[in-house]
Amino acid sequence: MAEEATQQAEGGTERTPQWAMAIDLDRCTGCEACVVACASENNVPTAGEDQAAMGRTKHWIRIDRYYEGEFPDIKVKYRPVMCQQCDEAPCEPVCPVNATYQNAEGLNVQIYNRCIGTRYCANNCPYTVRFFNWFAPEWAEPLNLQLNPDVSIRPSGVVEKCTFCAHKIKRAKLDADADGRELADGDVQPACVQSCPAEAMVFGDMSDGDSKVAKLLGSGRSGQLLESLGTKPRVFYLEKAD
Amino acid sequence: MNAASTSALAPVSGHATVRADLLGRMRGASGPYLASVAVCATIVAWALFAWGYQIVNGFGSTGVRRPVYWGFYIVNFVFWIGISHAGTLISAILRLTGAEWRKPVTRAAEAITVFCLMIGGLFPLIHISRPWFFYWMLPYPNERMLWPNFRSPLFWDLTAILTYLAGSVIYLYLPLIPDLAELANHSKGAKGRIYRALSLGWTGSDRQWQALERSMKLMAVVILAIAVSVHSVVAYDFSMSVMPTWHNTIFAPYFVVGAIFSGIAALVLVMAALRKLMGLEGYLREVHFVNLSKLLLLMSLIWGYFTFSEHLTTWYGNLPSEIRVFQFREHGLYGMLFWTMVACNFVVPFVLVGVSRLRSIPTIAVSSAAVLVGMWLERFLIVIPPLSNPPLAAAWGSYAPSWIELSITAGTFAAMVLLYLLFVKAFPIIAIWEYNDGVRAR
Repeated sequence: MAEEATQQAEGGTERTPQWAMAIDLDRCTGCEACVVACASENNVPTAGEDQAAMGRTKHWIRIDRYYEGEFPDIKVKYRPVMCQQCDEAPCEPVCPVNATYQNAEGLNVQIYNRCIGTRYCANNCPYTVRFFNWFAPEWAEPLNLQLNPDVSIRPSGVVEKCTFCAHKIKRAKLDADADGRELADGDVQPACVQSCPAEAMVFGDMSDGDSKVAKLLGSGRSGQLLESLGTKPRVFYLEKAD
Repeated sequence: MNAASTSALAPVSGHATVRADLLGRMRGASGPYLASVAVCATIVAWALFAWGYQIVNGFGSTGVRRPVYWGFYIVNFVFWIGISHAGTLISAILRLTGAEWRKPVTRAAEAITVFCLMIGGLFPLIHISRPWFFYWMLPYPNERMLWPNFRSPLFWDLTAILTYLAGSVIYLYLPLIPDLAELANHSKGAKGRIYRALSLGWTGSDRQWQALERSMKLMAVVILAIAVSVHSVVAYDFSMSVMPTWHNTIFAPYFVVGAIFSGIAALVLVMAALRKLMGLEGYLREVHFVNLSKLLLLMSLIWGYFTFSEHLTTWYGNLPSEIRVFQFREHGLYGMLFWTMVACNFVVPFVLVGVSRLRSIPTIAVSSAAVLVGMWLERFLIVIPPLSNPPLAAAWGSYAPSWIELSITAGTFAAMVLLYLLFVKAFPIIAIWEYNDGVRAR
């Protein structure tokens, strides 16, 4: 994929952006604004009380909490976790019908129509960020009135997950085309990034050395979640080196 | 084996007697027989209703939840495919090594294989949430050039199981041919015509016997290789993943051993039932049970060794994500299940079969029942605990089946009994010609 991208870049016709996200854990306050924004942007259905108690809620992004020390001398650390858009994604090879694959821009893509529901991908994701539609989607009122027309509704029986707001990437490209300009850094703002009050999340093209995200990745504070598994995530976590 | 083969010459002998006796058992149906058929059919019908309910209302009507995306269906799948190895082992290995005592046992074993594969092969269909798109897993030509993912262990699974099903149907059918001709000679009307057609023009000529012998030998070798590969592939469903304790190298041989182990246990149970219910004491004699129980004991030892190795390395390696699963499996409810499994698979057969004074048909049957319970638990403990404990603590969870999974599980056991009940009335459960192969004109 990366080779393809460079070739295209060298060809000089059109650059293939390589999307990545940097999340500054020292900035994250755990407010969950991203969780709410994501659910409303992406038409993520609500589960209801009984289903939630069973562990069937869907949150494409979640805030993991880590506690350090003993009460009352305690420190909490937050880590927003969504699909890590791995370059070596364990979910991809196991799907028997090729319903998930990595596209040229580094996105781990889920094809809802193609999914037959073996749920192998969801099992094999070490981050457990793939979600299954147990029933036909429903929204608690009045959330049913604010569905996003840019995002398809997923039927019962298929797996879904964070797309890096692929529809917003598409929209930004169309807008740039219409204006007759190149896609600029910061044109694409996934819902979580857009809504983060602490500006802990930065999204962009990591193959463009001048982008904000590329600079953050080179800052020496960046690392990946469960790096030792070799999944090569496109989500990078920034942390003060201890 | 030599002592066994001489004592296996059952008191029932003589071609005419055996033929009349075995064919006679296929005629008529007693009250209890019909009642059993009715009960089993009802349970199967209920299970089909449960499956329909699941399809109509959504997969959420099962107890599967995040992060345990695989539940009872996969446990049952591995269990039934495992039992299907009964036919392969007994029939193919014993046929290839020329163990004479196998003769009254082979057909019962081969039938188990076919029925278990039919049931086990159904579970992937029940397990997927959009079964109406099942054919997307098959590499069929289509105008959009969409192919299945050849890299997926689930695709290998499909290939392996379909191959195994086809192979084992042929392997069951080949030795049936002479008996089918015999049946055609002794039946009238439509029934006779069906048997005649199924016997593929068998006349019992020398050439036909030689062809049958050759093809059975060939199929025995082929089916043996397929059987080993099938359960290895089933194991790869787990070991190709990155989940803690699933990703290991021992699973393929461990699964094959477990499959043969549970297959022998199932065969012993089926034989004990046939002997009692059909009055086959003159054919299925103590020597058959004793010989099979020795195989059972051997497999129990190998299984125990593999289990020990697997758990020892996990415990000693002490990797954080793996030790979490290990502890989860060794404590609380799962701990109870774990030690029940060890008792069922290791302690019970060791005492009841290992101590020669205790060894008898009833104790061998009891050990076999224990092994079946133990092997089901083994699969349950392989599937659920690792999924409950994914690498990130925030996602830890639990699983309990709903009435849907319980009904379908019960239904498959009833289906097995039902298929067997129907089989013994349609075909002789002991191969008449093989039992009497002295009469063959060579």
